[in-house]
Amino acid sequence: MNRVGRKTWEDWIIDAVIYLSLIFLVVVTLYPFLNTLAVSFNDAMDSSRGGITLWPRKFTLYNYQTLLTRSQIYHATLVSAARTVLSTVLGVFCTAMAAYIISRREFVLRRFVSFVYVLTMYIDGGLVPTYFLMRSLGLTNSFWVYVVPGLVSAFNLIVIRTYIAGLSDSYVESARIDGAGEFTIFLRIILPLCKPVLATIALFIAVDNWNAWFDTFLYNSANAQLSTLQYELMKVLQSANTMSGSLLQALSRAAAGTTNTVTPRAIRATMTIIVSVPIVIVYPFLQRYFVHGLTLGGIKE
Amino acid sequence: MKTSASVSRRGGTFWHRVKQQKVLILMTIPFLVHVFIFRYVPIWGWLMAFQEYWPGKGILQQTWVGLENFKLLFDDPVFYQVLRNTLAMSIIKLAMGTISSIALALMLNEVRRMWFKKTVQTISYLPHFISWVVAANLVRDALSTDGGIINKVLMDLRIIKEPIMFLGIPGLFWWIIGISHVWKEVGWGAIIYLAAIASIDPTLYESAMIDGAGRLKQMWYITLPSIRPTISVLLIMNMGWVLSAGFEQQYLLQNGRVIDYARVFTIYELDYGIKMMRYSFATAVGIFRSVVSLILVFSANQLAKRWGQERLV
Repeated sequence: MNRVGRKTWEDWIIDAVIYLSLIFLVVVTLYPFLNTLAVSFNDAMDSSRGGITLWPRKFTLYNYQTLLTRSQIYHATLVSAARTVLSTVLGVFCTAMAAYIISRREFVLRRFVSFVYVLTMYIDGGLVPTYFLMRSLGLTNSFWVYVVPGLVSAFNLIVIRTYIAGLSDSYVESARIDGAGEFTIFLRIILPLCKPVLATIALFIAVDNWNAWFDTFLYNSANAQLSTLQYELMKVLQSANTMSGSLLQALSRAAAGTTNTVTPRAIRATMTIIVSVPIVIVYPFLQRYFVHGLTLGGIKE
Repeated sequence: MKTSASVSRRGGTFWHRVKQQKVLILMTIPFLVHVFIFRYVPIWGWLMAFQEYWPGKGILQQTWVGLENFKLLFDDPVFYQVLRNTLAMSIIKLAMGTISSIALALMLNEVRRMWFKKTVQTISYLPHFISWVVAANLVRDALSTDGGIINKVLMDLRIIKEPIMFLGIPGLFWWIIGISHVWKEVGWGAIIYLAAIASIDPTLYESAMIDGAGRLKQMWYITLPSIRPTISVLLIMNMGWVLSAGFEQQYLLQNGRVIDYARVFTIYELDYGIKMMRYSFATAVGIFRSVVSLILVFSANQLAKRWGQERLV
């Protein structure tokens, strides 16, 4: 810091400690990803000899070819992508609309609706009652269990409401004088003004959906057609120690006749990379939005 | 809306407002129906905890057993183990997470090279966006006895002779949970403290400098006291969540050797309830967790309010 023109010895030491610590943090954060990336591009048998760090020793695309041509993985990728896109688009739209409604200060049900949502942040029915509810609604063994139940979350609602409350009333007032209805005001005026906060919420919803596996495990584990990528990776992770997972067995059988082969470690590494790549590509571009949105909404774990 | 506030004291204006806002009310109905079905109907299912539930019969045709399931719960030694694990891991995660995030925010705040600061920040957010499935994979690889980086470094430094099977040692499990939590969330957690630091009045630093305070003293006497309100509100609010120590992290990192230290409430509900088809028992576990959490969250909220800080609700 150039608060004082010249650096004292204290400044030098502090800077050294800080820069070294931060570089240590960067290394610790990135190394596991880079190591996994290297393993995923390395020949599986060669990897099992150990010693792969940041760079593949025997480069191959075979791990990716084996995994991506499995219809199970291919299909799970489609399901994951579909649920992410649908949940994000519908979720952002619905949450924004609910937020607009409860941001209207003169609205008679405003306090009631807010309370009904806020309470859901603190109370949940628990695993069993929720499971029975989903079953009686026909949402088990169904794609829609990924989209419909979580359409509006209370936390996101509050973040958007806080943002709308910070906008000037004059936009809404002048639109009303021009004779615009509530829905038109929401669509034409509020939505475009909320772009920054909606980008944040879209990121939160998309990441949550892409990363979810527990709902697949609970509601759709009986139906392979509805499996998601994270759930497939979870199964590989759980069975990696015992080598008993159906996918692992199938893959090693498939590889048995050829010169190439895959190992559980290589499969895990490759799937980890496939699962992570969309997130690594997307989040840096939304950074300025979510940093702003987070400080606006208060606290999220 | 000054006018409506002044007329609302007279009778009849409420219905006038309802009429005027009928479009807004119509727009609200689908949302209320949705939240009622998916968030409040399951609470109706809590009745199961007071029954001997058999699948296939309606919820009102079951045999009522009163508090039998709760008695079973409080008599179960595993329940106390679960309670201990949950509290221990929550507190370890809260303490380590808070301290590391504040430290990172303080350090980032001292960095003047903007490109360096931005790069470190961007990288530090990465693990937050990665699922626990992926993170657990990475943690397992890093700790593995078969070429894992931690064992490798410790052996290269001659600290240990043989690779250690970290994930198989019960006494280490809580700390592995704590450290992997820090690894994943430290950057994300620092955002809120950085924002708090950014809003500190710069004249405070100027006058401190005139008084000859160095950077360490400025951090200690100005930055830290200035963000104390933020720290205490976040701490208090998070205290409310001590019964939700997370579930994915423990579920994905545990194994048979350490399960007695890894078992948290959701794992307990799954293994001792659903997998044994003890649906009523699992519901009772869920109620216990939900009700105690609710009490804790609201007490935390009240405490924060009494301290004159902003509340979350």
